Amino acid sequence: MSTTEKIGGSVAAYVDDRVGSNRFLTRSLKKVFPDHWSFMLGEITLYSFIVVLLSGVFLTLFYKPSMVEVIYDGSYVPLKGVMMSEAYASTLNISFDVRGGLLIRQMHHWAALIFIAAMSVHMFRVFFTGAFRKPREFNWVIGIALITLGLGAGFSGYSLPDDLLSGTGLQIARGIVQAIPIVGTWGAFLLFDGEFPGTEFISRLYGVHILLIPGLILALITVHLMMVWTQKHTQFPGPGRTNTNVVGYPLMPIYMAKAGGFFFVVFGVIILISGLVTINPIWIFGPYTPDQVSAGSQPDWYIGWLDGALRLMPNVETVLFGYTISWNVFIPSVIVPGIVFTVAAFYPFIEAWATGDKRDHNLLDRPRNAPTRTAIGVMAITFYLLLFIGGGNDIIAITFDLSINSIIWFLRIAIFVVPPIAFVVTRRICLALQRRDREKLLHGYESGRILRLPHGEFIEVHEPLPAKERAVLESAIESYRAPLPAPAKLDANGVRNKFYRLQILRSKLSHWYYADDIKPPTREEIEAGQAHVAHDAALEAPLHDYEETHFVNVPFHGGILHEQGAPMTNKQQLEARGGNL
Amino acid sequence: MKALAARRRNPVVSTLLLLVALLGVGGAYTVATSAAPAEAVATADQTAIDEGKRLYLEGCSSCHGLNAQGTATGPTLIGVGAAAVHFQVSTGRMPMAAPGAQAPVKPVDYSEADVSAMAAYIASLAPGPAIPTAEQLDYSDADIAEGGVLFRINCAQCHQAAGGGGALTQGKHAPSLMDASPQEIYEAMLTGPQNMPVFANTTLPAEDKQAIIAYIADLQESDSPGGLALGRLGPVTEGLFLWAGVFAVFVGLAVWIAIRAR
Repeated sequence: MSTTEKIGGSVAAYVDDRVGSNRFLTRSLKKVFPDHWSFMLGEITLYSFIVVLLSGVFLTLFYKPSMVEVIYDGSYVPLKGVMMSEAYASTLNISFDVRGGLLIRQMHHWAALIFIAAMSVHMFRVFFTGAFRKPREFNWVIGIALITLGLGAGFSGYSLPDDLLSGTGLQIARGIVQAIPIVGTWGAFLLFDGEFPGTEFISRLYGVHILLIPGLILALITVHLMMVWTQKHTQFPGPGRTNTNVVGYPLMPIYMAKAGGFFFVVFGVIILISGLVTINPIWIFGPYTPDQVSAGSQPDWYIGWLDGALRLMPNVETVLFGYTISWNVFIPSVIVPGIVFTVAAFYPFIEAWATGDKRDHNLLDRPRNAPTRTAIGVMAITFYLLLFIGGGNDIIAITFDLSINSIIWFLRIAIFVVPPIAFVVTRRICLALQRRDREKLLHGYESGRILRLPHGEFIEVHEPLPAKERAVLESAIESYRAPLPAPAKLDANGVRNKFYRLQILRSKLSHWYYADDIKPPTREEIEAGQAHVAHDAALEAPLHDYEETHFVNVPFHGGILHEQGAPMTNKQQLEARGGNL
Repeated sequence: MKALAARRRNPVVSTLLLLVALLGVGGAYTVATSAAPAEAVATADQTAIDEGKRLYLEGCSSCHGLNAQGTATGPTLIGVGAAAVHFQVSTGRMPMAAPGAQAPVKPVDYSEADVSAMAAYIASLAPGPAIPTAEQLDYSDADIAEGGVLFRINCAQCHQAAGGGGALTQGKHAPSLMDASPQEIYEAMLTGPQNMPVFANTTLPAEDKQAIIAYIADLQESDSPGGLALGRLGPVTEGLFLWAGVFAVFVGLAVWIAIRAR
């Protein structure tokens, strides 16, 4: 044993005696993770959040959360001598007079936008692949909480510079609070400590933005990751992958390197973009005063859909006992997001109830194998996009020379018509893909080669599926759910079923989900089908049975032409290539 | 004459004589300086007015009426002044190519002399805002920061804080100011073209107009300190860039890093 090893060993032993970390580390470093690019989306989220935290710490050194009026005397000439809040003046100071301040501010803002974007795409990956199913329902709920907190973090940050845009956003936020029946007015006064804009709000928001929300996000991220760790990562179906194993690479060294490298890649791209592209040019918008508003005032993209809902809502109000209820604000900005986030949080439980499935699911669904779920997801995205377009209606109107009124009316109708169409179309596409998969499992795939048999019959040669594709397609068996049968009113002993109505509802939901799904063939049927196909393909073999072939070795759809001097049946070739075409 | 001669040395006489002499000189001076050149200008103006009327009848009268009295398809031009004509015609807004929500900017069909002639004709119908002089358009002494404040109070709600333009109802819009000349901006404020309100000199004095022009000129000239400006439109273009540009890059990188080594 060399001296270095001796020293290293004794240091490790010293630490282990006191911390007891060896067993944990040995186990952890060997932990296996599956490989897929979409599993990186969560990492982008985490890394951009780290960038947000680091750049945010820098900004707190120079930002002053104060609404005290000052006269600007910094280096940005077009605002010199203008009265503004200290918050806005200090943000200008960061942008123009603090070394590297503008870069860090832009990094903070871009990274925040990327954080929420990555989070939402990550959420849809989890949704479309059914990764939220047992045992991961709680982690899904934590994810929804994280998105909600992310929106809160973003909006509070957008409001801090106290420029014209953030003040306009705050005024809308106050209007939304006021629109809540009964408590609205008091709520708004409570939050703003009096009339708008008051002198307190920026400092209150600052505490929320730099302490409360980031603290909660950090805590929830920790829980989120610990649950991924203990429950192990899900994996896509493939050869050798089952519900009870994880096929991939160990954390050390493969994922340490990949994830560590990816962190620097994400960090680097954020710095690059922040150095090259302006975000939130507050110096253009000017300081906030309640009597000013700019055309084209929009929130950041993740709040855009709510702004869109507000823009699309017709002007409806009712006066009840002398009090006005502003449905025109309350519905789009409180009820709609309330429903969206509640349904999103409860979705795993709704679907589990419809399936009646109590098993653990560590193997992911292919989106086509859950047609109704996939269609719901696409419908949700369509709904979101339409509202998002509504949020930018004025920019769209002026850019494409359209009437803003026409856009609003188009969207008012489309918001009810287009998402259901998206639902039906997506579901149809999924079912069609399921049918095709079933065909392939039973009959292999069409090679495109027509064979004439000695007795004159023409057949198209079908090829057996490569092992990898077959394993992927066979996952349909795992994903398939038979709809729950209709419940009986009376049980075997003639006792009335107390939960009849509820069970009817459940059965109906289950039918809506699964009744149309294409039933995949059984493993025996697949085995028989593939064997038959292999036999078919073997019929072709004698045709190539001569000494010298001069075909060029070109892979093409449906098969491979034989290599020179190596007459082989398609099946043999396939085997020689390890099942890969 | 005796009586007259007798009072010749009365103190009042010198005062009276002085008065008569002053009136005479003053009157003669007024006649000499105004009457004769006025005649000459009137002749020159008349030529321009006649030419302007000809152009007017040819290009404008089908909508604005043979006597500029206005019709169902175009408003009266009596009293709109030379500034309005210069703004509308020299930016190509008038004559309109087709009826629409608003007259768009398009290539100009008239020479500068033609525009002046039409402006002279319309100005001859009734008094109205004149084309601003070079002195009025000189904004070199104006306060940019003050202009910024005035711009945000009076202009930004339609033209957007960065002057990029904004949408109005029913397909109307406040155009971008990024290519507008000081004269166009001044005339627009003075005459309130299309859907824009009039900012007369009584509500927005000339020096305020100059300050606003100075601010817009600064917006037009200034570089974007933060890098690529994305049209200075704020969160909409930023969001678009994020999804179409940045996020596409990230997905590409994720795919790249997740590729299994072969």
